[in-house]
Amino acid sequence: MTNYETVDVDVLVIGAGGAGLRAAIETSRLGTRTALVCKSLLGKAHTVMAEGGMAAALSNVSEGDNWQVHFRDTILGGKFLNNWKMALNHAKEAPERTNELERWGAVFDRTKEGKIHQRAFGGHTHNRLAHVGDRTGLEMIRTLQDKGVHQGFDVFMECTVTHLFKADGRVVGALAYWREDGRFILFRAKATVLATGGVGKMYKVTSNSWEYTGDGHALALNAGVELLDSEFLQFHPTGMVWPPGVKGLLVTEAVRGEGGLLRNAEGKRFMEDYDAERMELSTRDIVSKAIYNEVKEGRGTEHGGVWLDISHKPADYIIKKLPSMYHQFKDLADVDITKKPMEIGPTMHYTMGGVRVDPDSCESSVGGLFACGEVAGGMHGANRLGGNSLSDLLVFGKRAGETAAEVAKGIASHAAISASEITAAQEALLKPFAAEGKETPYDVQFALQDVMQNQVGIMRNGDDLKAAIARFPELRERASKVRVEGSRIYNNGWHLSWDLQSMIDVAEVVARCALEREESRGAHTRLDFPDTDTGKWQKLNTVASKRADGTIEVHTQPKPKMPDEFWALVEKKPAK
Amino acid sequence: MSDTHAVTLRILRGEGAQVREVEYTVDVETGWVVLDAVLAVQAQQAPDLAVRWNCKAAKCGSCSAEVNGSPSLMCKTRLDDLDPGEPVVVHPIKAFPHVKDLVADVSWNYEVNKKITPFSPDENADFIYYQEDIDRVQEFRKCIECFMCQDVCQVLRNHDQHPNFYGPRFLVRVAGLEMHPMDKANRLEQIDQDGGIFLCNINKCCTTVCPEDIHITDNAIIPLKERVVDERYDPLKMLFRKLVGK
Repeated sequence: MTNYETVDVDVLVIGAGGAGLRAAIETSRLGTRTALVCKSLLGKAHTVMAEGGMAAALSNVSEGDNWQVHFRDTILGGKFLNNWKMALNHAKEAPERTNELERWGAVFDRTKEGKIHQRAFGGHTHNRLAHVGDRTGLEMIRTLQDKGVHQGFDVFMECTVTHLFKADGRVVGALAYWREDGRFILFRAKATVLATGGVGKMYKVTSNSWEYTGDGHALALNAGVELLDSEFLQFHPTGMVWPPGVKGLLVTEAVRGEGGLLRNAEGKRFMEDYDAERMELSTRDIVSKAIYNEVKEGRGTEHGGVWLDISHKPADYIIKKLPSMYHQFKDLADVDITKKPMEIGPTMHYTMGGVRVDPDSCESSVGGLFACGEVAGGMHGANRLGGNSLSDLLVFGKRAGETAAEVAKGIASHAAISASEITAAQEALLKPFAAEGKETPYDVQFALQDVMQNQVGIMRNGDDLKAAIARFPELRERASKVRVEGSRIYNNGWHLSWDLQSMIDVAEVVARCALEREESRGAHTRLDFPDTDTGKWQKLNTVASKRADGTIEVHTQPKPKMPDEFWALVEKKPAK
Repeated sequence: MSDTHAVTLRILRGEGAQVREVEYTVDVETGWVVLDAVLAVQAQQAPDLAVRWNCKAAKCGSCSAEVNGSPSLMCKTRLDDLDPGEPVVVHPIKAFPHVKDLVADVSWNYEVNKKITPFSPDENADFIYYQEDIDRVQEFRKCIECFMCQDVCQVLRNHDQHPNFYGPRFLVRVAGLEMHPMDKANRLEQIDQDGGIFLCNINKCCTTVCPEDIHITDNAIIPLKERVVDERYDPLKMLFRKLVGK
């Protein structure tokens, strides 16, 4: 039996990106004692990498914009698979959340009239993205961070949650370790909010950081919660492809929003063959597949990409509107984007699927457990529109915080957590130190990334998916034997040994759901089922859970039906 | 296509008094940055190597280290810009307590941040302001909190004035608040008394290392010093304050 410190709080928020910070601000505002736990330092979460902007129908630039059109764009972009109520809440509340962020100190770019400026983006009918150059995520996270430090919640930085504990069917606490020294910490909480982001690190080419190992997805699975539509992973059309060290690094969609053009190696604006109406500002699923196809048919660049060109715009305009991109290419690829095109290709970017939650309260099917932001499923359906993520974080971060605080207030005292479960969790975490296997966690992570990249990638087929699924018993076996060297002090290899367990479970969920859905829709493309099935599959969600023996179960369920009055909004083509 | 060649790194390993440089040789590819090589060492040879990183795109400021003695973001420092004949020496940033290998304890910065009076607009103010009003504020808000300015600042690095000085990072933050067109608070006494702004003697080391090209000294610290002098040390105003007893 090992030692641990115990921290009692009303609400435990796991993850400190936009959603977690917004949730913690809300729970503290409502007077509940809150712990905000994050794997990295505060302010370094993935939100910081968001570039283009946050979508909100403020109608500062396009007068015709309103929540109804935003709702319609979101449903059309999500290929009708979105949870309609989440999309509705999001479209209605995004403007208020954006204005609120400004009142908390965010300094957005301005219109001539002195209002928040909004830029064009793929799939949005109107200029809708509030932005700060191409560093909007940094502005959001810093604003929330600086607001948050005066809210009274406690921040546990570089602290990783590994297990949730239940009592009487409710989530009542969590085990975590400090990265700095490996000590364990037990949180007892009346409500727990997952805000852990996505799963991109199971792919080789990704814009995601080391943190994106599907922790929240795995915690939910292990707590008996279902994951929704996990086959939908967004491959962002524009990641860097050269040089090798930066492969996968994000190139913001704002380049296209500001007028950037896509060309193949023959110099042709190939989007006219795929979406002649919207061209470069088509949705991400369509642009990614177009690029994939151009390269596959031999019209790609030397390094397997296509060209993205903004150099026809004035240099000072590019540097003002896309400063990070200008420096990123200049510093890392020796390319001056004011003069030359960028070489780009698809990169794994965002997790649409996730924890199944109530669209209003963000509560999961297990009492006391909430989810918001990227880790939650439903909001974006089969394909997320650029800019809808940052607004999602704030809208549902606030909602999750609100209900979590309410639930926590209704609970008089902390439930007891089984001592044997706590001991077992710690033993599982420490096991790799005693393992005698030859492989390190990195070896197994690379093997997993190979499987996912090659067999569960942007283009899928049944045989590949079955072959990938057949690999999981072996990967799991290898992961259970990995060897960890050194001490518990800031030991990245040890940290990965646990993240690996989460990644493998969630990767298997992705592969099995991808096999289950026998159609192509949004970000999920089956070469053996190339058509979008507007009959059967348009009405179905895939649902994954973990059986008691640890195996993954997948089935389908009818999606919630959208009421007629909202269908009317979707069917009505708005005036541009 | 990609060219692979071997590079030798000398990485500071260990914790407490038990630190030493350890040499590793790894194969690197075209365009690799120092962080790629360090992560290759970690994956292939030293799985317990402690290194802090996140975005690998110079947006999060996590991977600050001292590369060949210069504070650098490892994700932005290309190996082909360094002397090919010499090993690449990688140490953690030095102005903060060492944890292990390439990781330093930067939590002091987060404590300083808490002391700064937050953004304070009028509750019912209309948020109408213009781009030219905020160009300077946006420059300050580019800060990615890599803390390299704190690392090179001699007030912190050489004189250990951590209890008496906020450091360039947080003077930049204060400048961003003081110059925000909607902010109504006054932080001048705070940065004079608690923040120790006059401990800064304008060496501009901070500006030199800033990966976001923020003109820390010229655009943030000097204007703040002028405001403090103007408000708190103008002889006429001091006399007036004495007379009215304020």
